[in-house]
Amino acid sequence: MTDTTALKVRLRRAERSRQLAAAGLVLPLVIFLLLTFALPIGGMLWRAVADEEVAVALPRTVAALRGWDGRALPEATVFAALAADLPQAKDDGTLPAAARRLNYDMTGFRTLLFKSARGALPLDPAGAREALLAIDPDWGDVERWGAIQRAGGPLTAFYLLTAVDLHQTADGSITHRPAQESIYVDVFGRTFQISILVTVACLLLGFPVAYLLAVLPQRLGNPLMILVLLPFWTSLLVRTTAWVVLLQNKGIVNDSLIALGIQQEPTQLIYNRIGVYVAMTHVLLPFMILPLYSVMRGISPSYLRAARSLGAPPTTAFVRVYLPQCLPGIGAGCLLVFVLALGYYITPALVGGAGDQMIAYFIAFYTTSTINWGLASALGAVLLVATLVLCATYNKLVGFDRVALR
Amino acid sequence: MKKLVTKRSLLLAAVTLAGGLAMAGVATARDLTVVSWGGAYQDAQKAAYFTPFVEQTKIPMHDESWDGGIGVLRAKVQGGAANWDVVQVESDELQLGCEEGLYEKIDWTKVGGKDAYLPAAVSDCGVGAILYNFILAYDGDKLKKGPASWADFFDLKTFPGKRALRKGPKTNLEIALLADGVPLKDVYSVLKTDAGVDRAFAKLDAIKSEMIWWEAGAQPPQLLASGEVAMTSAYNGRISAANKKDAKNFKIVWNESLYTLDSWVILKGTENLDQAYTFLNFVGEAKNQKVLPEYISYGVTSKAASGEIKAELLPDLPTNPKNLENATQIDTVFWLENLDRLTERFNKWAAK
Repeated sequence: MTDTTALKVRLRRAERSRQLAAAGLVLPLVIFLLLTFALPIGGMLWRAVADEEVAVALPRTVAALRGWDGRALPEATVFAALAADLPQAKDDGTLPAAARRLNYDMTGFRTLLFKSARGALPLDPAGAREALLAIDPDWGDVERWGAIQRAGGPLTAFYLLTAVDLHQTADGSITHRPAQESIYVDVFGRTFQISILVTVACLLLGFPVAYLLAVLPQRLGNPLMILVLLPFWTSLLVRTTAWVVLLQNKGIVNDSLIALGIQQEPTQLIYNRIGVYVAMTHVLLPFMILPLYSVMRGISPSYLRAARSLGAPPTTAFVRVYLPQCLPGIGAGCLLVFVLALGYYITPALVGGAGDQMIAYFIAFYTTSTINWGLASALGAVLLVATLVLCATYNKLVGFDRVALR
Repeated sequence: MKKLVTKRSLLLAAVTLAGGLAMAGVATARDLTVVSWGGAYQDAQKAAYFTPFVEQTKIPMHDESWDGGIGVLRAKVQGGAANWDVVQVESDELQLGCEEGLYEKIDWTKVGGKDAYLPAAVSDCGVGAILYNFILAYDGDKLKKGPASWADFFDLKTFPGKRALRKGPKTNLEIALLADGVPLKDVYSVLKTDAGVDRAFAKLDAIKSEMIWWEAGAQPPQLLASGEVAMTSAYNGRISAANKKDAKNFKIVWNESLYTLDSWVILKGTENLDQAYTFLNFVGEAKNQKVLPEYISYGVTSKAASGEIKAELLPDLPTNPKNLENATQIDTVFWLENLDRLTERFNKWAAK
């Protein structure tokens, strides 16, 4: 009896040490994923809702505005708080960040704040209202105060609302942004439309290639495979600029079409949507071919032969026997291409027109050009959520367990 | 076994500590570090400025390059580990960083006085380094009688063919207003009104069907060379370089061009303040500035230098008084305030 207990204990101990060793082996990967994946995404989601600059620069104003209903101009005490905050913020160097944040919400806020901070503000709080209105009549606009109130933090819906073309007014109601500035819903729609079309084009073009690669004997298949892989290994920028050379007005494609007498004048094939479709399909094609190929290699030709020998015509044999077995590869390829296409930036920027930019273009624009990281994060967050919803739908319809990510 | 580990870790800690102290010792004697934009431009600066500076002043310095971004400077100055002293920045970084207190206020008596420089090169926090223009360019071999103004750029009847402008609203709205007859000096006061913005977009509508939008500075010369467009907006340096390197006959229309400046700034709290001023004074002197255009087609900012530059270089230079005659500076503050809003509007307009 004691012997078996001791054995059990020893067994358990050995088991545990093995588990610990396994955990230790996995640990570096877990840490790596946390640092490079979970943390940046968390940071991005946080930036999309964080709002600290104004509360730091104008603490008294933000406190005084709490509870203001946004219907009429705030009371004189609020003006006095702002008159006290402005010079202090200017000296502390916190004013520029606050001015930038408020300017996102309402154009002209930068000038207004700097001008007011430089202006002659009375020490006597009673005269603050007149003094501020004398410096700039804009302080008589309820929406200006509403913008300060909304930016009081610590959390804000401003960036996320902007990312879906909505705007909150001083009295708290949510409206559409002015028609000429509401673009993001359109751009998200455009992003998904381009991605879906590119995925379909990749599937139509990639399927026969993968099939050919899978059925050819190795001697012929390998050189063909290299033709697929070579562009795959070439830099994205090189392939994109190569398309510029091919598709331009005096490029090979247009010149050949004219020489063949198919057209008299060159067709515009680049700097528009056609260029985006062509270049993106080409760049993403290997991501469709490779998963398809790996699945097709595993399908025994005897199934098709069996179907044929049982009297199925070629089309029926293909549709009812071959195609269902390819589904995991089709699923994997489509998912890969679609998700990669969603984030495309440089290809549409170089071969597309101004009306063909995808959402990544705007994320890059706000990240690097205007340093509006809040809006960049909000756009990223909306894209992430939309993609997750789409993937969940896909899972419901097709199922990830049927996907072969080999 | 355990003891050994402890001993070893103790030893390690001691070595690290000593190393850290030694590093700190080195850091107090850090050389003057100058940061610029890299590439062909920094090579030109090396030849014209950096090497002669070290030879003549015996001040040890080394140069690094960066790709811009106010965030980098913010991190350097506010993070308290600034290892850069003098940085060349673009106009919006100059404005933002000056407001945020990232730069030393320039003591102009130490760099030759404000009067020695072009008025546009003088600001609170920066000394202008180079001037470059946003110009109208066309291929002289294909258009014998070329355009002379932005109004001609919008004239599709006299000059048929496609047009290219930079993607986005910046510079294009100015160009549209100029083409619509707004005088150069009034462009930004008109653009500050909603009616002015509407007017600019309405003017752009007229050539929208013939437009190609470029993204990178290397694209305009390529678009001209391939015959894709008849005219384009471009940076003057790219066009001159294409003429020189690829033996092209591209023409530059300096009339109604828009210019902007890059400036030298001194990062706040630098330990090499005196050396930094010596450096800025050196690169501000006419006798040194006149060398730079021999290496690259940018305008320099010293008033006296313009007169000393070799005559054959002058036609290509933004600071040639003839080229500067009817040009205006891009309004940094206007674009800092309006770029987000107008970019959204531009994209809405472009997708229509």
